[in-house]
Amino acid sequence: MVLKVFFPSCCSSADSGILIGRWISEQNSAVILAVVHFPFIPVQVKQYLGEVQRVTKVNVSVLGSWSNSKQEKEESLSEFLEDLGTIFCHEPWIQISKEGDSKFWSCSTLQKHLKDPQEEEIILVYYDQRKVMLSHLHPPLDTSGQRAEDASKLSAIFDTVARSQVLFMTDRYDEGPIKLTHWQSDGVEASIIVELLKQASVPACMLLTFLLSLLSGICRSRVLKLWPLSFLWSKLSTCEQLGHRLQHLQVISSNKKAQNQNQLMRKANIFVSLLIDVALGILLMSWLYRKNRIGHLADTLIPVADHVAEELQDLLQWLMGAPAGLKMNRALDQVLGRFFLYHIHLWISYIHLLSPFIEMILWYVGLSACLGLTVALCILSDIIALLTFHIYCFYVYGARLYCLKIYGLSSLWRLFRGKKWNVLRQRVDSCSYDLDQLFIGTLLFTILLFLLPTTALYYLVFTLLRLLVVIVQGLIHLLVDLIDSLPLYSLILRLCRSYRLAAGVKFRVLEQQDGKPLRLLMQINPLSYGGVIQTYRLPTYSCYPRDSWASLCKKLFLGELIYPWKHKGDKQN
Amino acid sequence: MAEERRFRSASGAPIALRRRQHSASCRELAVRGPRLQLRSLSAATSAVWLAAYGLFALSENSMVLSAAIFITLIGLIIYLHFVKIDQESLLVIGSLGIQVTSSYASGKESTTFIEMGQVKDVVINEAIHMQKVIYYLCILLQDPEDPQGVSEVVPLFQSSQPRLDCLIEVYKNCQEILEQRKTAPQSS
Repeated sequence: MVLKVFFPSCCSSADSGILIGRWISEQNSAVILAVVHFPFIPVQVKQYLGEVQRVTKVNVSVLGSWSNSKQEKEESLSEFLEDLGTIFCHEPWIQISKEGDSKFWSCSTLQKHLKDPQEEEIILVYYDQRKVMLSHLHPPLDTSGQRAEDASKLSAIFDTVARSQVLFMTDRYDEGPIKLTHWQSDGVEASIIVELLKQASVPACMLLTFLLSLLSGICRSRVLKLWPLSFLWSKLSTCEQLGHRLQHLQVISSNKKAQNQNQLMRKANIFVSLLIDVALGILLMSWLYRKNRIGHLADTLIPVADHVAEELQDLLQWLMGAPAGLKMNRALDQVLGRFFLYHIHLWISYIHLLSPFIEMILWYVGLSACLGLTVALCILSDIIALLTFHIYCFYVYGARLYCLKIYGLSSLWRLFRGKKWNVLRQRVDSCSYDLDQLFIGTLLFTILLFLLPTTALYYLVFTLLRLLVVIVQGLIHLLVDLIDSLPLYSLILRLCRSYRLAAGVKFRVLEQQDGKPLRLLMQINPLSYGGVIQTYRLPTYSCYPRDSWASLCKKLFLGELIYPWKHKGDKQN
Repeated sequence: MAEERRFRSASGAPIALRRRQHSASCRELAVRGPRLQLRSLSAATSAVWLAAYGLFALSENSMVLSAAIFITLIGLIIYLHFVKIDQESLLVIGSLGIQVTSSYASGKESTTFIEMGQVKDVVINEAIHMQKVIYYLCILLQDPEDPQGVSEVVPLFQSSQPRLDCLIEVYKNCQEILEQRKTAPQSS
């Protein structure tokens, strides 16, 4: 069978010594982690390896010998290296030797306990140790529940290198009995800024946790749970968004270290997302407050509200006449039209009453944009909802009236046919009515039927207006959702350090020479951007449409009130 | 050692198959499609610019011309980087796995590596596409739960679409290496 040797490319120029690593017998492959240089005492090496095994739970052992001779082959050295095979008994004993600066190494194995040793083919695979150590292998998204023994061969290799971090802490320049060469030998890498940040993060987290506990204590106080206020909080999307961000802050400021890769990435994503959100919010705020744009905005708010009200009045006048050539019932038309006109008049008076305070209110509310762009967008959506409150009211009146009419019509239609709705049995039963019951019922049915077009038209117009407002609010919420759930840290990591997020590996065939083992270079194949977003998406309080299209149309037809967006905390009805 | 032979694709375009044997258990098979022709590129560019000039003559708006240049450039970049595949290659390493690479005209390479444990077999399948029957080479992946089952079919050489004679060459080469894993004794 073919023997595969995974050799770290950083050890290519190391001095002669013995190879330590892990032997994976079921794949017939050897993962070499480091080279131990002469002089060493075999007992100390075995002791050291035992300690490493205990700490990392990786089966590290001596796998073979490595000889890097700058001049011609030294016979005594090769004899010595073969003798080492008897001290550190390992089956098979791998011998790799490199002459001068040649790229083509000779690799052979010594198998003592097989009676007839076959010439087995050896494949030499070079890998970049640092990248493989830092990288995280992502299994394909459609597999669910991989059992331990099914784990792919490559993940075993990645696992081995990642868990052997403690082996890489000492190297040949340290004082000690063991002198190793591995990726740190090129120069120990560490960043002062990262270390300082790590030290500073602990007290910062504690401070943040304290502040957040104060804040959540206030939020949970009884005063804010009184009925009118709690109803208001649940309807305003700004409060939802603030609650969501509070939750995120709690996740970041918790003192527990992240257990695994997913939790670490999630914390990092939340942190970067919050940072970018607040930065964009402050940018927006500085743009709004420069040149007093917010004053201009407040000044245009009242004329816009007036304009909307005027347009609505024109619309109602049109409906009260002969809209689109349809002939309405004059009396009902006038009643409904006057009722809605009076409503608009009331609304305009209230807006005008509020107009001196609008600028101040808007100025202070605009300050809260520094909490984040998402909060600013939610405030915008809430302002739209408040300004179009009269449209919402009209929709409710029109829908209720229409709904009443439809139910009345359906029950009188049953009376017309001599049937009745049995509430106990939830079905339609036949019923014998008296003559006067039938007479009055038929009269009422006729009246309702002929008044239907008028009511239906008012209902149609106001439903369309309401749907328009809902669509605008929906688009704003979609944008907020996008900003909330985008894993920015993962995307930046994929852009800058693409080896950290690996979908797999790729092999490149290097120059070959006859008689020498096959040389391959193993590189990391990074995850695609779509895969990154799918794996690391942050969960949101998603407002997805509650009804399917069919049930939405049915509700619209029957005149039932529609609440198109569902929030995660809503009870199912 | 490398050898190159000429074949035709399913639509009649000339393609070349290059076979390299790196070692006894490692072979690389690469199918190279026709390169981007200068005349088709110039024809497309001239058509777009003529249309833009015609619109400019009608509307007297110079934005049309700059928009046409912009669209041509962006369209060319997208075509070279995401659409035009120059070469598709198959690297079969016995006991490690099979690697499928597509190289685009802009130099981008997209690679997938399938481990040998997941590969059940490499077969030639036929498919009915519109009014033609075409042959394609595909890798059958093993279903982890069911040893007889196939969990996924990975089609190869989808953009160059070689004909049956080329596919038979590739098939024979792959099977020679896949045979080795059946004859090799399982290690404990």
